Amino acid sequence: MNIERRTFLAAGAAATLGAPAIARGQGAAIRIGEINSYTAQPAFLAPYRNGWNLALEEANAAGGIGGRRLETVFRDDAGKPEDAVRFAGELITAEKVDLLSGGFLSNVGLAIADYANQNKRLYVASEPLSDALVWGKGNRYTFRLRPSTYMQAAMLAEEAAKVDAKRWAIVSPNYEYGQSAAKWFKELLTRMKPGVEFVAEQFPALGRIDAGATVQAVEQARPDAIFNVTFGGDLTNFVRQGNTRGLFEKRFVASMLTGEPEYMDPLKDECPEGWVVTGYPWDQIQTANHRRFREAYQKRFNDYPRLGSVVGYDTVVSIVAMLRKAGTTDTEKMVDAMKGLAFESAFGEGPVVYRALDHQATLGAYVGKTTLKGGKGIMVGWRYADGAKYLPSDDVVRTLRPQGGGGPAPAVRRVLRGAGGGRPRRRFARDRRWNFSSSSS
Amino acid sequence: MEFLVIQFLNGLASASSLFLVASGLTIIFGVTRVVNFAHGSLYMLGAYIALTIVEQLPRDPWLYWSGILAAAVAVGIIGVAIEVLLLRRIYHAPELFQLLATFGVVLVIEDVALWIWGPEDRLGPRAPGLRGAVEILGQRFPQYELLLIAIGPIVLLLLWLLFTRTRWGTLVRAATQDREMVAALGVDQKWLFTSVFFLGAFLAGLGGALQVARAPTTLHMDLDIIAEVFVVTVVGGMGSVPGAFLAALLISELHAFGIMVFPKITLVLTFLVMAVVLVIRPYGLLGRPPTHARAAGPVRAIMLEPAPRALVAAGVAALAAAIVLPLMGGDYARIMATEMVILVLFAASLHFMMGPGGLASFGHAAYFGVGAYAGALLLKHLGAPMEIGLLAAPLAAGAAGILVGFFVVRLEGVYLAMLTLAFAQIAWSAAFQWVDVTGGDNGILGVWPSAWAKDKSVYYLFVLAVCVAGTLALRHAIHAPFGYALRAARDNRLRAEAIGIDVDRVRWAAFAVAAAFAGIAGALFAYAKGSVFPTYLAIPKSVDALLMVLLGGIETLSGPIVGALVFHGLQEQLVRWVEHWRAAMGLVIIGLVLAFPQGIAGFVRDRGWGRGRR
Repeated sequence: MNIERRTFLAAGAAATLGAPAIARGQGAAIRIGEINSYTAQPAFLAPYRNGWNLALEEANAAGGIGGRRLETVFRDDAGKPEDAVRFAGELITAEKVDLLSGGFLSNVGLAIADYANQNKRLYVASEPLSDALVWGKGNRYTFRLRPSTYMQAAMLAEEAAKVDAKRWAIVSPNYEYGQSAAKWFKELLTRMKPGVEFVAEQFPALGRIDAGATVQAVEQARPDAIFNVTFGGDLTNFVRQGNTRGLFEKRFVASMLTGEPEYMDPLKDECPEGWVVTGYPWDQIQTANHRRFREAYQKRFNDYPRLGSVVGYDTVVSIVAMLRKAGTTDTEKMVDAMKGLAFESAFGEGPVVYRALDHQATLGAYVGKTTLKGGKGIMVGWRYADGAKYLPSDDVVRTLRPQGGGGPAPAVRRVLRGAGGGRPRRRFARDRRWNFSSSSS
Repeated sequence: MEFLVIQFLNGLASASSLFLVASGLTIIFGVTRVVNFAHGSLYMLGAYIALTIVEQLPRDPWLYWSGILAAAVAVGIIGVAIEVLLLRRIYHAPELFQLLATFGVVLVIEDVALWIWGPEDRLGPRAPGLRGAVEILGQRFPQYELLLIAIGPIVLLLLWLLFTRTRWGTLVRAATQDREMVAALGVDQKWLFTSVFFLGAFLAGLGGALQVARAPTTLHMDLDIIAEVFVVTVVGGMGSVPGAFLAALLISELHAFGIMVFPKITLVLTFLVMAVVLVIRPYGLLGRPPTHARAAGPVRAIMLEPAPRALVAAGVAALAAAIVLPLMGGDYARIMATEMVILVLFAASLHFMMGPGGLASFGHAAYFGVGAYAGALLLKHLGAPMEIGLLAAPLAAGAAGILVGFFVVRLEGVYLAMLTLAFAQIAWSAAFQWVDVTGGDNGILGVWPSAWAKDKSVYYLFVLAVCVAGTLALRHAIHAPFGYALRAARDNRLRAEAIGIDVDRVRWAAFAVAAAFAGIAGALFAYAKGSVFPTYLAIPKSVDALLMVLLGGIETLSGPIVGALVFHGLQEQLVRWVEHWRAAMGLVIIGLVLAFPQGIAGFVRDRGWGRGRR
């Protein structure tokens, strides 16, 4: 914490000194403007900032980019998109950053992406999960690192199709991340197993789940299986009430994000067993790159990495790779370099690519079962689900994303063509679909 | 049938937790008239302190419950510290000013909790002996929830005994009814207030401590509960403990059964209930009209004469600086200046109804947001340009103001403020949930100005012109006969009616005018940002407006202007340079509150122009 703060202050001091009129010739630092909801979402973003700083230090220790150092100017949007837009303006015009990055909530990510598009600046969105960021409202200047809501729902739908469960219940936070995760899961699972029914859907307000009543409402519907999208405090609350009331006994549960240490570790010995989750088994991944990352992280911060650490680290690593490829901080050239850019993630599961097609990175997630070991939850029987395999076909993606340069999104031409065939739907139904499909983390 | 019984029990358990916190708030308000915004923070501290204590202890029921009580006592002592060090010094400030101070406390506690307990959610141990479930009608029901169901009525009974069977309780009840009379009878108010604060904070701490065995302890607990607790307090009737119990029961049961019928409506259900209750019973279920409509702080005859020459000169100089300086600075200076000028109009519009009108609003952001959405929706669905949007914004916001004002202006004081909050929350949840139209929480993007105003300097000058004109128009209205009628209505309803002023109608008009001007500010803000989001009508934005008015000084016309500039400028600078900006901001607010109990502009007036009453 101490070290982190010092780094922050150093960055702040550097920012003060480096105010507007700095000479920007060869040798001047390359500056990244990083906007995130640090105070609103500290559980994810404190490790994120650590991972970020680790990668930054490594890059600078390795001589920076062609002799130029990398610097970060951090800004806290406190979870408000309008503040994020203001900081985007401040970072670009006053701090003279070369590119923008960050964003945790999807509406913050979308707001920065729109700003970047208007002002023709590169924006590397690290965390926002919204599908709209690269599809419905995608633009030339925005790239996204993490597997989207669609991708993670697809990973779990694949697992859910393997079990013999007909009656499903859904518990999901009531905002767009929850709504679109529920929608994709229903759609994909129904396509893979036409007989499934969805017998109960609960949408508790984010952060204010009435867990006892929600558990009872789900129990009442007698489902065979449950798809959970809640996370953080809501998840912990839901799990404790569900455990006591026996909701999860003899029921298959598929759960988004639950395997992430940020959300699994607070459950301690009450972590439910046998759930199929997406997550990050940080202590078990033994690829060479991940071992190196884990050791460096633990040495540097005396703490273990969370998923946020990997996201922060990978964001910087991919930016560094892009800068090496572009050889310049000219925005258009950086954007071109981002397209199809391959880099090595801290996961170490092979190269990850920012797809030229829709600017989505093919970073994956780990899918496995939860179990208890030594008084805390861990993931077992996990595998790395490569993000590239959980995206719709290229043809479909082209219909989802406005094609041909930036500008506001033109109407989407066709709907997603799945097993059901590509029949065109009425215009308003389609529009509604794409408004709904956006989400946040 | 079994299911309904179990769901009813679930509602009872939630009601108990809610009641504990709300009873503390209602007791504090009843006696001291302080709207304690930090009550949620005390609740959160109770949970964190209890967690820390019981984690250290061996798993023994006696030790566990002693730990819970110790945590509640510790929070009670923190409450006393807040009262003695901070609130005691500002009881004589204008109404609601204490809200500003407690908001500073909220910010400080947020960062202190993060610093002490870390960012991760913490799940406390379950209560020893109450880990399992009992079988009720074939359904498993947690033992701990049964205990909670019992605790609510027990606390209610103890409070009743305390208030009816002890001398202290008699004094508290007397103070709730008529504070001046109690003081006149020679009761030491200081001691009474401090002890009441201890009890209120103790109850909040107990509510938090009891959550440890039930739910995770998180840094969001404070703000997650505070709105709901306010609702319970107001629905029950402020100052009424049985009312708080009844309201907690009503709202929790509605939740438990509401999610069966409308699983997506939980966001707004609470506020719908409050709106209905307040429209039917303006003082809550068991509340009674306050004996003194304006109990806190004396009302002063102000704002009657035109501005002193020095002030006019200062205003002209400030305007000249506002035109020249941002144009000399960089793009960012213009972005900042644009925001500040918009917020000046926003704050001035709230001040218009709050200062001269005496109509405090906790939901002023609704009209800001309606204005912003009016422009954005016209653009999205009809392709209307900025000029049309800016014309439509005050109309839409004014219409919303007329609609809401109809229900609101008959109420007084905090009840009125809470009803505006209820309507604001309903508007917010419409923006949040009506995804087809509003885009939901992802908002509407691409709301940029017309081509001629795209340049940031041009747009800034345009905003400056509109906002200065708007603020001057509001100022003019206050000096016009309408403004005199409004002040008369505020200061004495009966006398105003006796001389032929239709009090409700005057207040209604003021409400709609304030809403329309807030709508202009909202639309200007939307075009400056290029996007609108439900956050524009959310509680934090309403609170921001309130803080700006209070900080600047509610009793002066320049107050909202000074307040908006200081508040926004301060926040913006702190966020940029200080990592723990919330604590810094909180401390600065507390410092300003202690230094300028009449607000910054009020202080300058009292000192500078020698019109002070001291």
